[in-house]
Amino acid sequence: MPAFLTPLQYSILEAVCARLVPADGAPDGAEMGAVDYIDTLLGAFTFTPPRIWAGGPFSGRFGGESSFSDFEELSPAEELAWRTRIEGSLGIPERERLGPVIGLQETYTRGLAELGEKFLALDPAAQDDRLRKAGDFTRRVYGHVCEGLYGAPEYGGNRGLAGWHYLNYEGDVQPRGYTDSEVSGE
Amino acid sequence: MSRDFDAIIIGSGPAGSTAAEVLTAAGLSVLILERGRNHLIDLDNPAALPQRFSNDELKYMTRHFLGPDPWAEPRTFRTSITDGDRQVVGEVNNLPATVGGGGVHADGKLPRFREDDFLVESELGPVEGASIADWPVTYDEMEPYYAEAERLVGVAGLAGANPFAAWRSGEYPMPPGPAMYGALVTSAAAQKLGYHPYPAPTGVNSIEYDGRPACNNCGFCAYFGCPIHAKGDPVAPLRRALVTGRAQLRPQSHASSILIRNGKATGVEWIDAQGERHIERAERIVVACGAMETPRLLLLSGLTNTQIGRNVMFHMQTFVFGIMPFRVHGHIGRSVTHVHDDHIVVDDEARAAAAEADLPWIKGGLVEHCSPSHVIAEAKQYPWGPQHKIMMRESPMRDRLLGFCMQGDDLPQVTNTVDLDPAVTDIWGLPVARTTYQLHTHELIASRHHGAKLAKIMKAAGAERIMTATSPKTTGDLATSHAEISQVPISRHVAGTARFGTDPSSSACDPWGRLWEAPNIMIADSSVFPTGSGYGPTLTLVALSLRNSRAFAT
Repeated sequence: MPAFLTPLQYSILEAVCARLVPADGAPDGAEMGAVDYIDTLLGAFTFTPPRIWAGGPFSGRFGGESSFSDFEELSPAEELAWRTRIEGSLGIPERERLGPVIGLQETYTRGLAELGEKFLALDPAAQDDRLRKAGDFTRRVYGHVCEGLYGAPEYGGNRGLAGWHYLNYEGDVQPRGYTDSEVSGE
Repeated sequence: MSRDFDAIIIGSGPAGSTAAEVLTAAGLSVLILERGRNHLIDLDNPAALPQRFSNDELKYMTRHFLGPDPWAEPRTFRTSITDGDRQVVGEVNNLPATVGGGGVHADGKLPRFREDDFLVESELGPVEGASIADWPVTYDEMEPYYAEAERLVGVAGLAGANPFAAWRSGEYPMPPGPAMYGALVTSAAAQKLGYHPYPAPTGVNSIEYDGRPACNNCGFCAYFGCPIHAKGDPVAPLRRALVTGRAQLRPQSHASSILIRNGKATGVEWIDAQGERHIERAERIVVACGAMETPRLLLLSGLTNTQIGRNVMFHMQTFVFGIMPFRVHGHIGRSVTHVHDDHIVVDDEARAAAAEADLPWIKGGLVEHCSPSHVIAEAKQYPWGPQHKIMMRESPMRDRLLGFCMQGDDLPQVTNTVDLDPAVTDIWGLPVARTTYQLHTHELIASRHHGAKLAKIMKAAGAERIMTATSPKTTGDLATSHAEISQVPISRHVAGTARFGTDPSSSACDPWGRLWEAPNIMIADSSVFPTGSGYGPTLTLVALSLRNSRAFAT
């Protein structure tokens, strides 16, 4: 059950992510968890504590107790900043101190509505054309896709560590770390 | 006068933490106000080393975990007063706002300055358009404090390895840690061309030190807090201050003004996390907020010395990157393990390049041998579509990239300022710091001259392709062909906005860092630097904080 996206929005975004990072030997962007990452960010405040900052120090993937899933509490100021960024200023005076802010939720709602259900019926080449025409929105989504594929999986993306595995990248290696010969050797 | 504490220290970064250790050791009771969150210290048991930081690129690189949040506490920037009130609102040189301050995020390169960095005016001479001044303290006087700072923080290095280093009274407290593979490649090339690379003096444990473990090379170093406390700076002095029982650390406590009456500070007004205002009284105030927030706080407190906020300096960074035909695994190790100082020396070639531009001399800066390690940042540089995964696998911008970053000396200029933005406020309603900044011709010529030399080294190291960039961007007739990273300097090495000196008419602080206008306020951070040098400021500001805090305690 998505935290923010409707089933239709979710499907359109899956199709978008599959074109931004298409499948080759490795799965496509949606299969690697990019949509779930974006949905978790858009719906961060439906969780308690909000899914903004994962906990620490260790994920448990390389020893130590796992604590990334224990997200940090936000202070009132931090909550205001992140709600403004995600939900937008919505005419609320304290969120408009630096002027009105269009939130990420509205950016995605609008951007996905403009692509529309018909995006799903296009062939891949036509989808790519459509994404090139949607320049600003596409760039915005692509930035989030990169975060979703290569960030820690606790943020909702990088499903089964697929983003790190295909690169032979281990991610967070504490508390194991690397040996001195791994640092200095070829 | 009634008082709550003997001293209040504003800011818990390297400068404030050092001051806290000195003042508590002298028997004073100290309150440390820190606007950011605390992840570094267990307030109930300061002897312990709680582990809170993590290897998490999203949290530290894109989500502002160490603060400040660029919307809640923005800064503003413009290149000159002719550019309107501001061109940029948001992130401007954001050193972390957290317990530990700038020390938390740094990868801990802690070089000393050289003898002539303290005497630029008398040894190298003035430069037109620059407000160069000698320091009111010499290297010889600073040397014992440097040695002490290296011991307190825990610096790993190799004495004698750098032929351009200032004299030192002893060895480093620790031997250097393991050399990164990429740095070995670029160092060998530099050496072959006659340069003198050496193991970077680094505040990262190479062996167990001061009850903290040796670094285990996780690779999440620059921009990240250390999950295992293998970085010494600034947890070490802060912890020792708190263990005395005479210091109280109050995180998420934002100093809004220093209360001053008849040239004497009487206390500090601060705002808690809920937005409530409080006042604490003290006989001494130490300001250690960094060279942007320090002048902001002084101006918010009604101080009027026209020197406050002038001469802001960054480093002009010149980057030379090479794409290598082999993998360099820059994600394994301490970010930077090798540096060279050759470009800091004003030699005949540098003088000739300077003369062509009608300058008396040019000075570059410390050159860091680096290799990037961040996969999300890498991914965002590549295009979307079928090329994405091809590029990620080939990794020309990360796993096959080696780089030089020259921390070019930035001359002080009276017109480069930090003041209060006339309209933009932070979440507490206080005017934010506004920077007005332009490069001097000196930096442009030095970047061009030394950047070309660095490109030759990178070629000799076997690079298939070379790219260059500067921060900030260069403009006008002297614009280089370097790529533009940002109009706003991204160097976190900021200094100069409350310079100390012997003459009250040309400095904000006396030779001991005390404000001429209110001498029971001491500025402990790099704001007091009259000139910047081509070295990172941290070890020097820690050494100065030791010297000046001792005098301030008595």
